[in-house]
Amino acid sequence: MHDDDIPLLRMKDIEKNFPGVKALKGVSLELYPGEVLGLVGENGAGKSTLMKVLGGAHRPDGGTVELQGEPVHIDNPVESKNLGISIIYQELNMIPAMTARENLFLGRERTSFGFVKPHEEVRMAEELFAKVGLNVPLDAQVRDLSVAEQQGIEIAKALSLDAKILVMDEPTAALTHNEVEALFTIIGELKKRGIGIIYISHRLDEIFTITDRVTVLRDGESVGTRKTSDLPRPEMIEMMVGRKMHQEFPPRVRNIGGVKFEARHLSRAGCVEDVSFSVRAGEIVGLVGLVGAGRTETVRLIFGADRRDTGEILLDGKNTDIRNPRDSIRSRIALLTEDRKAQGLVLIQSVRENFALPNLKQFSRMTFINRKKESAAFRKYVDSLRIKIPSQEQLAQNLSGGNQQKVVLAKWLQANCELVVFDEPTRGVDVGAKYEIYQIMNELAERGKAIVMISSELPEAIGMADRLLVMRDGKIVGEVTDPKHTTQAEVLKLAVGA
Amino acid sequence: MRKLFNDYGTIIILLLLCAFLSWRTMNNHTPEGPEAGRQVADAILAMDPKPRIALIAIRNNTIDERFAAVVTEALEQNGIAIAGIARGNPANVRTIATTLASEGRTIDVVAATAATAAWPIFDGIAQKVPQMTGVRFAQPDTYRWPTFLMKDNLINISNQTVVISTIAIGMTMVIITGGIELSVGSLIALSSCLAAWFIRRYGGATEASTAAMVGFSALAILICGCMGLFTGAMVTLFAIPPFIVTLATMMVASGFAYMISSGYTIFEIPDAYTFLGRGTLFWGIPISVCICLLLYVAAHILMSCTSIGRYIYAVGGNKEAARLSGVPVRFIFFFVYVVIALLAGFGGIITASQLKAGAPIYGVGYEMFVIASTVVGGTSLAGGEGKIFGTLIGSFIIATIQNGMNLLGVESYTQKVVLGMVILIAVLLDRLKQTDFFWKRRKARAL
Repeated sequence: MHDDDIPLLRMKDIEKNFPGVKALKGVSLELYPGEVLGLVGENGAGKSTLMKVLGGAHRPDGGTVELQGEPVHIDNPVESKNLGISIIYQELNMIPAMTARENLFLGRERTSFGFVKPHEEVRMAEELFAKVGLNVPLDAQVRDLSVAEQQGIEIAKALSLDAKILVMDEPTAALTHNEVEALFTIIGELKKRGIGIIYISHRLDEIFTITDRVTVLRDGESVGTRKTSDLPRPEMIEMMVGRKMHQEFPPRVRNIGGVKFEARHLSRAGCVEDVSFSVRAGEIVGLVGLVGAGRTETVRLIFGADRRDTGEILLDGKNTDIRNPRDSIRSRIALLTEDRKAQGLVLIQSVRENFALPNLKQFSRMTFINRKKESAAFRKYVDSLRIKIPSQEQLAQNLSGGNQQKVVLAKWLQANCELVVFDEPTRGVDVGAKYEIYQIMNELAERGKAIVMISSELPEAIGMADRLLVMRDGKIVGEVTDPKHTTQAEVLKLAVGA
Repeated sequence: MRKLFNDYGTIIILLLLCAFLSWRTMNNHTPEGPEAGRQVADAILAMDPKPRIALIAIRNNTIDERFAAVVTEALEQNGIAIAGIARGNPANVRTIATTLASEGRTIDVVAATAATAAWPIFDGIAQKVPQMTGVRFAQPDTYRWPTFLMKDNLINISNQTVVISTIAIGMTMVIITGGIELSVGSLIALSSCLAAWFIRRYGGATEASTAAMVGFSALAILICGCMGLFTGAMVTLFAIPPFIVTLATMMVASGFAYMISSGYTIFEIPDAYTFLGRGTLFWGIPISVCICLLLYVAAHILMSCTSIGRYIYAVGGNKEAARLSGVPVRFIFFFVYVVIALLAGFGGIITASQLKAGAPIYGVGYEMFVIASTVVGGTSLAGGEGKIFGTLIGSFIIATIQNGMNLLGVESYTQKVVLGMVILIAVLLDRLKQTDFFWKRRKARAL
């Protein structure tokens, strides 16, 4: 269909070497005006590196970049911007204490003699916001805006720079269902304007909904580019992981026992209201709902990460008096937080030290740590979870998302808890590692542990859980006892309250 | 290469600094006192033919008296008579020689120190004192050696830095948790004043017993520890930034010190009080320095081999992740602020002992030297990273630079400028290291 067109962007045989690692071994892709190109692949496949080459953050060691047929050299981020390339990263570059308008014009304020001309800025901002269909008060502080709204501002900013190519890196990671819809509408608008969009996501559903073509990367090479509508989902996964995947979710022997864990009347002003539920031994309970429904807040109360106003937490029928995470770990309740980097790991410490942090009591006598015991215990997990690290002294910040999550898993598996709460366990994790994480959850359940799983990806929650609890506005509003025979639409209906 | 530089960079800098100072302060030196005495005695005993009567020429001071004592003992043991000791005045040489000549005996050899060997009378002795014609001379050898590396100077450096080094142990822990402690200088003053005041008021002033001195010093340190407890409470329970809390306690502690001492130096304490600061154990190393080194070893073990140490690093690396991993975050904050306050209190006692007094002006500005030592030693102000022995090296670097500038005759105003720049460069290096300015970041993601 594009054979006679000149592509907007052509990256050909791009190579990039880092000391000891060939990150890109000749990757090629083409982007045409008015299309959405999905860029998929496991973590470490080279997606981010490729986009950093495009954004001018990395200089390629080989290959060419052409814009509308003209070869270009992109040496730094400013040049990339000037060439009409805008990249919207997962972490948005906004200044929380400044207003939407100030952020929009940051660094390029409309001024005369050094004085900002507010009226002109307001007029231009309104125009831009109208273009992307964004309805945000211009003088609202960014910290009061939702992630989706902030993203809208970033997109408006890209438009104001006259961007021809827009790269979105995991744009929906923190968006609610409705917000994702809104984003897709905006993307539709941009397509109409002839802008080429490169869309990176781990969520295959979205790839299939929004993209026209898909380029799959694996191990720094392009495996192939296909029209999305011609590519069946299993085949895409196969291309990504390089082997046949029979199913997305591993099978499990269901062996559900008596009630293991019970939460009674948990409340915390403003976010959780009278939540009660129980989990049985060997059961995986999925906690679903929209972002802001109070799922994370609920499990934080259980774990003692936040102080609860009222409520009781029972494990094996006994009341536990949990006031802080320390008590919780002592009572054998573990929480794998959704935000690995900010809450799960001490990034500047070694993976071994991260692994041992909640478990030092097991490895020490009179507070003196037995280093041998510690690393022996960790080695067991490195092998069984197939954590890919050159040594135990590797800093946690140098691992890929999947490996980081495995380190977090190892640390809590060693803690040997009876209730394990997984908060978005597969966020930012690639397909192969996802499967392994599911296997670990199944294994824990088979060993009679109680498991609570929060997931914003409904297919995942439906595929993994024995029972779903739906939350809305800090309350449990519904229960799905047989997830296998439900649809996403039904669960969503409960979640939005329609 | 990179690891080498990161781990041992400060040691290399310290060694380079020492090498430079050694080179610049290279000078002629002559042994004095007993060491010179042994050398001269050996020289005389090795003479052939063996002399029978010796004269010792010394200046009128204690170190030369010790020289004379050593020479006398060694020679008399070997059957050489001492004709006399010419003290202070070259004319005494003539007197002794004349008296001896009247008994029909002559002086065979003169044992002189470096200073007395240069007496004009010995130059052409045959003309000036005919009785001493043909006399031989023995004097200590001169040798070239850097003034910087003289034992006295090295001990001087360690004496000057011992207080700063000791407190820097605590500062390292505090900075690793991501905090800062500005009140240590004031705590030095407070502790010295408290101890001196207690001893004067309740311990019997200059007649105080050992028990009273030890007890009241410990009490002063404990009171400083309570200040640390207060800081810890403000930081943990009320979440006030440590910079602000300790800025306040800095003024409070200093104010207390002035109130206790009414602004004067309290010097009514026994001479024995200097045991800690001036007393030596072996090779002339001060006791306080030995204690300081022991504290370093203990702190190193604490930081690298115990749960508490691991927790301190974890809290500084990521407080929230640490809390959610069951680390007793509040306890750790209390711990580090109490430890540094106790160490600052101890530093105050060392100061009081070195100077045999307590005064509210002690320790002013020390917080900067302590922080500088820590930062120069490689502890990251961002928290989570740092090594105890790095800090020891850091404090030596600061002390060496100061000492070196003194030896080279750099003006004290200029010294301030230089030290300021050193601190800045240390922080700059730390920043550049973090941003991988020297080495392109190695990508480990594709593992």
